[in-house]
Amino acid sequence: MSASRVVGVARAVASKDLRIEWRSRVMTNQVLPFAAIVMVLFAFALDNDGILQRVAPGLVWMATLFTSLVVVQRSFAVESADSAIDALRLAGVPSHGVYLGKVAALVAQLVVFEAVLAMLALILYRVNVDLHGAVLLVTTCVLGSVGIAALAAVYGGLSVAGRGRETLLPLLLLPAVAPVLIGATRATESAFGSDGARTVEGWPWVGLLAVFGAIFLFGGTLGFGPLTDE
Amino acid sequence: MKETSVVDVRDAVVLLGSFPALAEATLTIGRGELVVVQGANGAGKTTLLRLCAGLLPLARGTAHVMGHDVSSDRAAVRASVGFLGHANGLYLDLTAGENLSFWGDVVGASRPEVTSAAQRMGLNERLLSTQVGRLSAGQKRRTALAVLAVRRATLWLLDEPHAGLDAAGRDEIDALLRDAVGAGATVVVASHELERSASLATRRIEIVGGRIIESGGRK
Amino acid sequence: MSNTTTSVPPPTRTAASRNLGLIAIFGSIVLALLGLFFTAEDVDQGSSVRIMYVHVPTAWVAYLAFVFTAVCSAGHLWGRKHSLNLDRLAGASAEVGVIFMGVTLVTGSLWGRLSWGTYWQWDPRLTTTAFLFVTYVGYLAVRGLGGTQHQRAKRSAIVALFAVLEIPLVHFSVLLWRSLHQEATVLRPNGDVKMDGLMLFSLVFGVAVFTTIFAWLVLHRNRVLALVDAVELRGIDAALEARRAEEVPS
Repeated sequence: MSASRVVGVARAVASKDLRIEWRSRVMTNQVLPFAAIVMVLFAFALDNDGILQRVAPGLVWMATLFTSLVVVQRSFAVESADSAIDALRLAGVPSHGVYLGKVAALVAQLVVFEAVLAMLALILYRVNVDLHGAVLLVTTCVLGSVGIAALAAVYGGLSVAGRGRETLLPLLLLPAVAPVLIGATRATESAFGSDGARTVEGWPWVGLLAVFGAIFLFGGTLGFGPLTDE
Repeated sequence: MKETSVVDVRDAVVLLGSFPALAEATLTIGRGELVVVQGANGAGKTTLLRLCAGLLPLARGTAHVMGHDVSSDRAAVRASVGFLGHANGLYLDLTAGENLSFWGDVVGASRPEVTSAAQRMGLNERLLSTQVGRLSAGQKRRTALAVLAVRRATLWLLDEPHAGLDAAGRDEIDALLRDAVGAGATVVVASHELERSASLATRRIEIVGGRIIESGGRK
Repeated sequence: MSNTTTSVPPPTRTAASRNLGLIAIFGSIVLALLGLFFTAEDVDQGSSVRIMYVHVPTAWVAYLAFVFTAVCSAGHLWGRKHSLNLDRLAGASAEVGVIFMGVTLVTGSLWGRLSWGTYWQWDPRLTTTAFLFVTYVGYLAVRGLGGTQHQRAKRSAIVALFAVLEIPLVHFSVLLWRSLHQEATVLRPNGDVKMDGLMLFSLVFGVAVFTTIFAWLVLHRNRVLALVDAVELRGIDAALEARRAEEVPS
């Protein structure tokens, strides 16, 4: 199985997924407004500028995590709606390519969500970010999304193979991505300067995110094929 | 078991849960045949096709497709098999053309190959630029068959390909299947419609209670 | 490889397994005596330190169980025979591990109530344990998804390897997370306990006893799982008979 073939498949799968999302508008018309209203509701519930500024990073990543569940379920619902997943399994398509394509499309969508959520935090919770903080924030979002997507695609693939397994996804995914939630929240705190955190303090957390993403991207590449091919 | 038979299934038992959908079925299909599998609902037609596609594990017995063992060498089996079940395996939000070119990209087919597959299945520009979700049942089937052609499948396994189509659509499918056989493919069709399959098939077999009974002889 | 044959697992009614059970029972009694009567109270914690003789061994056994699950799963995946017996051992071990981890959480929070004045403290070890408990409950749910025995084995083996990868990552990140905040001013579990010789012996003895209990439980649970699988396979023959009887000559 040549590497270029894997990359070709990954690109085809990723662009197909993104095109479907772009065309169906489920993300932009339903999931994004949901995420936005959650951010507004947090503000109502906490009702205190000081607290909001302090917990803003955690809220951004909690919202991201819950949104990721919806995004992953969508990503695999598209495959199972007309049994396209059977066709993919049948076509002798390298499963690494399918996995990496799925992960790439998930990362792209998650990064968009995180950008919107972070913007909302800036506006609604009056958080300030300088240039260094912005660089840290973007890196955090990309690496955090890779970690979430790498695991989510594996467990999402497990849930696509049979009915009634969708409910298993949160149970498997949420405890596993705890390190991402911790690392990304701390890094974002540094970027936002919440609670007096300094920007440079965020980079070690970015390292944690990178390690996490690398491990599970590797594991997922190996495990996705056997797991979805039953 | 080499290149002589495309499908070689012996005493196959396939379980769906604990139910033996195939109960020691034995069947051999040669290259270039157009076989129609008949049987009542629940007789095991779909299971037989899915087994040949390498989509179901074998509980007992053996099954070889194109000389490859279905249980140990599934990747090789699948690469040469096109399976069309009750679902079409298409992305409903994409146009027919986008579906075809996605498969073209995935299997590494060239643009002319994709275009010629679309032409053979009678997909014109208008249909190609329509979202699959908005196509009629017959047009979806044709798109799905075009995907099989793009994938250069050499064994076509079709489960009730006529379902939900009107008379004209059915004739069209029959013509496409004869074309495919003419182009070197082997086709296995599951159907419970007796008269239609009689005119189509080079050979008919019957499946009863998960076992295969040869009925109509070779024409 | 996927051809299934009906085989009855070896019986557990052997002298070895019976002796293992007797050792476990006898060891538990001795441990209870040691823990409740013979060891001294701690200077700071008083009698609540006695919880440690259960808490620490169960935690140890739970981690041992999860690592054992991972080893068996790897053995199943990479072994040439894709042994279903290894898969069942992995499952049995995870089941026992989840139960022991539950005991660890309960004893940990009881001890916390006595020492910290609160049932739950965001202590790194306790937090990691809670995450892993949920993770392995998920693993057991994956085992129950259905399909053939080989499908179950492959699927759950992969999930088990993912889960064991999560152990160090979750623990490390939780540790980092806590280190940023002010350290709880109370004692860390069994960290600052000044132990005399008998206390230390009892602790080590407890670990040995609970490991024996673990081995005995896994042995028997494994046989039950093997019997369940064998019964399922025997059902095939009856089902095949029934299927043949369906034949209606037209």
